[in-house]
Amino acid sequence: MPDGTLAGRPAPAGVAAAGAGRDAHPLVVRNLVKRYGAGRPEVLKGISLSFEPRGVVAIIGPSGTGKSTFIRCINRLVEPTSGEIRFMGRDIVSLGRQELRLVRRRIGMVFQEYNLVERLSVMENVLCGRLGYVPAWRAWLRRYPQADVEQAFDLLDMVGLGDFVHQRADSLSGGQRQRVGIARAVMQDPDLLLADEPTSSLDPKTSVEIMELLARVAEQRHVPVLVNIHDVTLARRFAGRIVGMSEGRVVYDGPPDGLEDEHLRAIYGGEDWLS
Amino acid sequence: MTGAVLHDRIWRRFTPAERLARFAAYLAIVAAFVASLRTVEVIPEFLYDAPEQMADLLNRMWPADLAYYPAGVHAALVETLHIATLGTLFSIVLAVPVALLSARNITRSAALNWLGKLVLVSSRSVNSLVWALLFVAVFGPGALAGTLAIAFRSVGFVGKLLAEALEEAAPGPVEALRAAGAPPASVLLKGFWPQVQPAFWSVALFRWDINVRESAVLGLVGAGGIGLVLNSAMDLFQWDRVATALIAIFAVVIAAEVLVTQIRKRIL
Amino acid sequence: MTAASAGGDRRAFRANWPARAGLLALVLYVLYAGQILDLSWDRFVFGLDQGGRFLSRLVPPDFTRWSLLLDGLLESLQIAIIATVLGVAVSLPVGLCAARNLMPWWVSTPVRAFIAVCRSFHPIIVAIVFVKAIGFGALAGILALVVASIGFVAKLFAEAIEEISMKQVEAVRATGASFANVVTMGVLPQVLARFIGFATYQLDSNLRNSTMVGIVGGGGIGGTLFAAFQRFDYDFLCAILIAIIALIMLGELLATRLRAIFQ
Repeated sequence: MPDGTLAGRPAPAGVAAAGAGRDAHPLVVRNLVKRYGAGRPEVLKGISLSFEPRGVVAIIGPSGTGKSTFIRCINRLVEPTSGEIRFMGRDIVSLGRQELRLVRRRIGMVFQEYNLVERLSVMENVLCGRLGYVPAWRAWLRRYPQADVEQAFDLLDMVGLGDFVHQRADSLSGGQRQRVGIARAVMQDPDLLLADEPTSSLDPKTSVEIMELLARVAEQRHVPVLVNIHDVTLARRFAGRIVGMSEGRVVYDGPPDGLEDEHLRAIYGGEDWLS
Repeated sequence: MTGAVLHDRIWRRFTPAERLARFAAYLAIVAAFVASLRTVEVIPEFLYDAPEQMADLLNRMWPADLAYYPAGVHAALVETLHIATLGTLFSIVLAVPVALLSARNITRSAALNWLGKLVLVSSRSVNSLVWALLFVAVFGPGALAGTLAIAFRSVGFVGKLLAEALEEAAPGPVEALRAAGAPPASVLLKGFWPQVQPAFWSVALFRWDINVRESAVLGLVGAGGIGLVLNSAMDLFQWDRVATALIAIFAVVIAAEVLVTQIRKRIL
Repeated sequence: MTAASAGGDRRAFRANWPARAGLLALVLYVLYAGQILDLSWDRFVFGLDQGGRFLSRLVPPDFTRWSLLLDGLLESLQIAIIATVLGVAVSLPVGLCAARNLMPWWVSTPVRAFIAVCRSFHPIIVAIVFVKAIGFGALAGILALVVASIGFVAKLFAEAIEEISMKQVEAVRATGASFANVVTMGVLPQVLARFIGFATYQLDSNLRNSTMVGIVGGGGIGGTLFAAFQRFDYDFLCAILIAIIALIMLGELLATRLRAIFQ
C-alpha cells in the first residue's frame, strides 16, 4: 500500500486528527495554472490557496471564470497544466494512475447535475461511494460489506431518504437526487468534500436545504467542504470563508463579513446589479 | 450569391451545389442501371420462359408433403434454432471486448479504437455463408461450423451497435464513479452497464431475429440446420418436401419476429 | 414498502428472482444445446489445429486469374444494380398498398402477407428456388434480390407512410383531388426522403448478397468462390474473398455518400 492513512478506514474524527497532525492544512494549492490545450488562454492563472481541516469554504465568481476548473483540478478530473496540489501531504499532480485512484477515494465530490446512475436504485447509488474500496466482483454481485450497507442506511436516514432505498434514481426529484449525491460522497469517508455548483439546478428553497445539509456534514463529520457557488447570499449564509474569483485569479479571500460591495464589483464587474 | 437570393426573395429548398449533386447522382444511377442491363448475361429464352417455369415449379410444390415434417424436417428446424441462439450468445461474448476496445470514451487510444473498428468491419463484410464455408473447411461439416459462422458474422453487428451505445452513455455518472476512486472494472459495471443495458438487450434480440433467418441457409454449404434438408430435397426433385421445409422456415421466422416484438414491448 | 423498511433488519437490495431464474435457464440451455449440436472441446481443439493448416494454405492470395475474378465481380455488381432499381421500383406501389392508413384492410392485409413472405426467406434460399425454376445464371440472382428488396424496402416504406401526418393528406383530399393526386401531393412529399434512405441501404445489402447468390448458381462472383472452395484452391479463394470485401466496403462508402447527397 503506498500510504497507510489512505488505505485504512479509521473513524472520521481520527482521520481529521491524523491529517491535522501531519499538516495543519489538509489541502494546499500552489501556483495552479490550467489551460485547455497549448496556445489557448489560461483559465487558471496561478491560484495559491490553503484550506483548514474543517468548515465550509465557498468559491464565488461569475460563470466561466474557472471556479469549476479549479475544483476539478483538485481531484484531477481536469488535468492541471502546472502547479502543485498538496492533499494530506502528497502532491496530487504527480501521482500515477493507481495512486490517484487511492487518493480520490478520500475526496468526495458532489455535482451540479447530481451524476447519479439513473437506472440504479438509491441504495446502489449511495454504495457507489464505496467502489474505490470494494473489489469489482463484489460490487457486481452486490456483496457489499455489511458495515458499508449499514452506513448507507444511516446516511440515507440522515439525508431524509430512508423510505426511498429501493427507488430508482431517475424517479427522484432534483433535490432528492442531490441528497443521494451527497450521501454517496460522504459514503467515501472523505477527508475533503468538493461540491461543484451543487445548487445551480435546484429551486431556491431546495438550494438552501442542500447547503444546510452540506454545512451539517462539514460540522458533524469534521470534513472540510469546498463549494463552488454563484449565489452570493447562499455563500455568505453557509460559508465560514469566501474565495472570490475573477478571470482565473483570486480577488477576495476572507470571512463573509469582510465581503463588501467593492469586492463584489471586482469579482462580478459592473455595479447596476448591486443596488 | 446570397445578395441575389435576398434581392429576389426566392425560397429554394436546396443550394445549387446540392441540386447538382442530386442530379449527378440520379444520372449515375440511371447510367449504371442501363449499362448493367445491356451487359448482364441473361439468356433471353430463360427470361421469356420464367413465368411459365415458376408456375410449373409452384404446381409441383403444391400440395406440400406435410407428412414429411415429423420425420424429416422437425429435427433440422430445431437444430437451426439452436445454431441461431447459440451463435448469437457466442457472438455477444466475442463482441463485448471488441466493443469496449472501439468505444472512444472507454479505450482512450486512437490506435486501439481503430483496431476494434477494423475487427467489427471485417466481421460484417464477410457474409455468413462465407464464414460457414471457412468453418466447414476447418471443423468439418455440421452444426459447429454453422454456430461459429453465425457468431462471427454477428460480432460486427452486435459490437458496432454496442460500441455506439457505450459512446452515447451519459458521461456524468461515469465521471462521478471515477472521482470516487472506482477501479476501471467497477466503472464499467456500475457506470456504463446500467446505462447500456436496454440497448444491449434490444441489440441481442434484434440480432437473434436476424440469425434465425440466416441460419436457415447455412445447410446449403454443409453447416447444419434446415438448409441441409432443403438442399437434399431439391437435389432429389422432391418439390413437395421442399415446400414443407419452406413453410417450416416461414413459420419459425414469423414466430421469432412476433416473439421478439412482444419481448421488446414488455421489457424495454 | 416503507413500513417494511422501517424495521430493524432492512434489506439493501431486493432479490431479483426473475433475473436469477433467467440466468440459470440460459446456462442450462447453453449446456443442453451445446450437447445436442455436439460442440465438444475435442472438436474445437482439433479444429484449431486444422484451422492453422487451412490459414497457411490461404496465404499468399493468388491473383493470377484476375480476369476471371473481375468478370465475377462485375456480374455481381450488375446483379446488385439491376435488382435494386427493379426492387425499389416495385416496392413503391407495393408499399403504398400495404399502408393501413391509406388502403382498406382487404387490400393491405394480403399485400402485407406478401411482403412478410418476401422478408422471411434469406435471399440465398429464394435464389436457389429461382435457379431450380428458371435455370442457372444472373437472372435467378436478380429475381432473388428483387424479392429481398421488396421484403425490406416495401415494409419500411409502408411503415413510414403509416407514420405520416394525416392532416396534410386530409387537406389535399379536401380540395377534391383524385387518389393519385392525394398520393403524389399529400403522401409522397412526406416520405420520399426516407424512401431514398431505405433504397441506399438496400443497394448496400443487395451488393453483399449479389456476391453470394452464385454459391447456389445465381450468377456473380459467388460461383467462382464456391468452385475455388470445392477444388481446395484456397489461395485463389483468399484472393476472391479479399476482392469481395473490397467491393463491399466500396459499396458501403458509396451508399453513405448517396445518403448524404439526398439527406
